[in-house]
Amino acid sequence: MTRTAETATELLGAEVADLELMLLIRHFEWNLLDLFAAGELSGTTHTCLGQEHIPVALRPLLREQDFVFSNHRGHGHYLARFGDPAGLLAEITGRRGAVCEGVGGSQHVLREGYLSTGIQGESLPVAVGLALHLSRTTPGALAVAHIGDGTWGEGAVYEALNLAALWRLPLLVVVENNGIAQSTPAKAHLAGSVAGRAAAFGIDHVLVTATHLGRIRDTLGPPLDAARSGPGPLVVEFMTDRLGPHSKGDDTRPPAEIAAAYDWYTAAADDQFRALDRRQRETVAAITREVMSRPGTLWPDRSCR
Amino acid sequence: MAGSELPVSARVVENLNAALHAVLAADESVHLLGEDIADPYGGAFKVTRGLSTAHPSRVRTTPISEGAIVGAGAGLALAGDKAIVEIMFGDFVALAFDQIVNFAAKSVSMYGRRVPMHLVIRCPVGGGRGYGPTHSGSPHKHFVGVPGLSLFETSAFHDNRALLERALSLGHPAILFEDKVLYSRRMFAHDALFLRTTLGTDDPCARLVIDGAGPPDCVILASGGVADRALAAARSMLLTDEIVCEVLVPSRLYPLDLEPLLPVLGAARHICVAEESTAGGTWGAEVAHLLHTALWHSLAGPVRLAHSADSIIPAAPHLEREVLLQDTDIVQAVREATSA
Repeated sequence: MTRTAETATELLGAEVADLELMLLIRHFEWNLLDLFAAGELSGTTHTCLGQEHIPVALRPLLREQDFVFSNHRGHGHYLARFGDPAGLLAEITGRRGAVCEGVGGSQHVLREGYLSTGIQGESLPVAVGLALHLSRTTPGALAVAHIGDGTWGEGAVYEALNLAALWRLPLLVVVENNGIAQSTPAKAHLAGSVAGRAAAFGIDHVLVTATHLGRIRDTLGPPLDAARSGPGPLVVEFMTDRLGPHSKGDDTRPPAEIAAAYDWYTAAADDQFRALDRRQRETVAAITREVMSRPGTLWPDRSCR
Repeated sequence: MAGSELPVSARVVENLNAALHAVLAADESVHLLGEDIADPYGGAFKVTRGLSTAHPSRVRTTPISEGAIVGAGAGLALAGDKAIVEIMFGDFVALAFDQIVNFAAKSVSMYGRRVPMHLVIRCPVGGGRGYGPTHSGSPHKHFVGVPGLSLFETSAFHDNRALLERALSLGHPAILFEDKVLYSRRMFAHDALFLRTTLGTDDPCARLVIDGAGPPDCVILASGGVADRALAAARSMLLTDEIVCEVLVPSRLYPLDLEPLLPVLGAARHICVAEESTAGGTWGAEVAHLLHTALWHSLAGPVRLAHSADSIIPAAPHLEREVLLQDTDIVQAVREATSA
């Protein structure tokens, strides 16, 4: 990657707190892959390496009463909303203090104003219902649903967009278009475009190609305000890169293709960035040591009827 | 007008409609979503007539999107509201399978703590009306044993307001099956040969016994619209075979609480479970397993299942009759059981 004379804060249009959060997410995800490699994690997990800036850019644009729906690749969304790497790591590793007692794991996390679930497209109709509730009880609040480019293969997406447009609901769909669905490139799974599909429903679409947080926020501020006050649905499509595997070690892309992807992490290396990077690496390492020493979760209330 | 205040001669569709009016009027958090449910159409079976006029912001007619409207109902429930979603024909609930099974039902417990989900999915089911293979099914069996999901079935012997309020109060999703052939039937009316009482309180089960006939040779468990076929079979067997049957009509099919039924079932030498589902992996098979486990030593033989054929449901009336469970099929099953 090309290194520039710009500092990371300049290059990314970021406050120090933004950089800290992006680095926290980066080290959290790297740490998970290390734990997998060491045989310390069971199941599967999907890291958001390369996509950390998206929830961080959105963070100041979202309000406490907004409800965020996350997906299978949701660690960054959670960390941007709540901080709390220990609670999330405990969830992923089934240790005491887990957000959801280790029952949901990586893909199924619920907290006030936040829910993730692991089936593609499933959250959008639910977000429509939640937006309907918000439009009646909390005018100005948004239901926010993060989906990927691959999610557009699901019919539920179109049923939900149709409802949101017809009923003028405050729904923000955040598309993290990393150009690949598990192993299938967008050119093999997505005919036409996300913009064209949004247009078919008369839903506004904003394309974001930048990783500069300041510019992203400037771009998105007015359309988000309009979605709140309209109210009405909005699709924001981030063009981004998935730097890691779909889950763990299952990347079939040529190494050169992955290496050619843009990575904000390697784009700047000023002293402040290095110091923050070191601190966040150490923070995650310390949290990991502490969380991994905890006993397993208990799941005291298992009732489902 | 509340369901309980209606004259007993009201039709099932009127009782259901009154129940929905009552539930929506009593609780501002209740929403109703469904295809073509708004006035003046009032739903394909007219169950929702007048509701969109009375509650325009909470009763919404929707696009043809079963998955999304159940998902939207789940979203309302997640936010603390209560939602009733009408599926026009029960067969179409397959289009909402993911939202019901993987989201609404799992969400009750998959986040490590109890998440209340007040969601009822209403499904008009059953054949006998010539609607053909995709509009006549009884999809109950596809939803038996789903964690976080309860199954109810309305009948002419259960007031629908109580049923809806019960299902909405559980804090987990429920499907309410409604046999289409019942809609035009009169509530609570039945053959005077039988005396009707109730077993259980939370989930009442109607009990119909032949007045003065003494202990039964066989107890027939039958829900929804099949109850009338079971009663016809019981009459026929009394008159031609001198076999005494009584009929139990549960309102909650899954999980089935056997406890209040045990005094009756424990005294029975033979039990038959009758349902309109096609053969294989049925609700009745689940009930038979429960009964075998609980009553192995008191039963004289295995619980008999009476159901429709292992077949799609054809449109032509004469072909449909060959496939769907008839009262004669119940007679045959009970005769085989009691003569073995």
